[in-house]
Amino acid sequence: MKQSVNILLSFIAILAIALAAAAAGRADAPGWFRILPYAAFGLFLAGFVYRVIRWAKAPVPFRIPATCGQGKSLPWIKSNPLDNPAGPLGAIGRMAAEIFLFRSLFRNSQTEIVDGRPVYGSAKWLWFFGLMFHGSLLVVVLRHLRFFTEPVLPAVTGLSALDGFLEIGVPALYLSDATLLAGLAFLFLRRAVLPQVRYISLFADYFALLLIAAVAATGLLMRHFFPVDLNAVKTMAMGWATFAPVAPKDGSVILYMHLCFVFILIAWLPFSKLMHLGGIFMSPTRNMINNNRSLRHINPWNTPVKVHTYKEYEDEFRDKMKAAGLPVEKE
Amino acid sequence: MKQHKWGLILLGLAIFAIAVTFPFWYGKGKTAPPVLSLETPEIAGLADKKCVEDAVFMRANHMKMLQAWRDEAVREGKRVYTANDGRTFEKSLTGSCLQCHSNKEHFCDRCHHYVGAAPSCFDCHIVPAEVKK
Repeated sequence: MKQSVNILLSFIAILAIALAAAAAGRADAPGWFRILPYAAFGLFLAGFVYRVIRWAKAPVPFRIPATCGQGKSLPWIKSNPLDNPAGPLGAIGRMAAEIFLFRSLFRNSQTEIVDGRPVYGSAKWLWFFGLMFHGSLLVVVLRHLRFFTEPVLPAVTGLSALDGFLEIGVPALYLSDATLLAGLAFLFLRRAVLPQVRYISLFADYFALLLIAAVAATGLLMRHFFPVDLNAVKTMAMGWATFAPVAPKDGSVILYMHLCFVFILIAWLPFSKLMHLGGIFMSPTRNMINNNRSLRHINPWNTPVKVHTYKEYEDEFRDKMKAAGLPVEKE
Repeated sequence: MKQHKWGLILLGLAIFAIAVTFPFWYGKGKTAPPVLSLETPEIAGLADKKCVEDAVFMRANHMKMLQAWRDEAVREGKRVYTANDGRTFEKSLTGSCLQCHSNKEHFCDRCHHYVGAAPSCFDCHIVPAEVKK
């Protein structure tokens, strides 16, 4: 039952943010929109750096790469450089495959009990929708550069044209928006429907998904149903980028909601599970080279252990040992 | 080994910081927000300077109106548009819109370039200036 409470609470949190944003827009608070973006961005940047530095300081005394294939060994044994990298090239390749293709998730497997016996099978759905969601999110973020660059980057215009090439409706529906929503829907339903996943899902898990969904939903509503004055939006965004912020002119409620969701998302990101954005680069089990057998690694902070060697022992007790008739190495 | 690790981490953080602050150092908003030019001979000659519908509506909905006009005129043969105030117009980009707004570069393009919108009108339609040449 507690798990349903988590879903409910995160919905309520999202609604509360939406209402607060709407109230802020109504109560002539747009002045806030000259300060909030800097506060949110500052938290994002500082928090991100702080988290990475803190991870970097964490002790990693041993070489702990996850070995998922044959390591480099004798020349006639075929090794797997990507799954068990023996050099920097292999590690870079492994990280690239992890970051761009979610390779380890591709190996996701599922156990089912069939006729009283466990049966193992591959489970690719999470990988597929996960990759779709992240790719779409990247495209969406890049497309938004049209509001933050003047003149607009040609690459951004090109990406938008490619993204909307089906020309469904006016303004054209972006395919990345559709795939983003599909990905989010899968990730949310997976948490809400599968009992095992629901059991381990916390408030922050639902909230992260719903927050991104709220950003996407308000953005889509603005694009397709409640059009906003794009010139005013861009003038506002460029005002932020040139450190000459102007409050949005007669912005719609839905624009304030979109902005508030985004501010909360980026300000909260470094302190949430969404920090896997930086964390994936800092995973020792993925980014380390497996050269345990070719190089000697010594724990850098090994405490010097006080030892008493046999030589020292004999020096100390030689007379007594001789008197007792015990053999000594040195007379 | 330790130095090596910090070098990589600081390099990564530097790349991250440069990438996310991109809007702050790129371009720096060289162009001012667009000002539309309504100065064409046809508009100057109008007694009542009024578009098909009022300006606020047109600003938000011109793209949807043009799309609807295209479908209704070309696919259904309905070629007359009756505005809210009763005036009638031919549903035609070249025949109606561009008669007044014959300055595509100073009217259409200014906003579209500014916000990075790429309408497909002139994939088929001819640009008015090209007629004059």
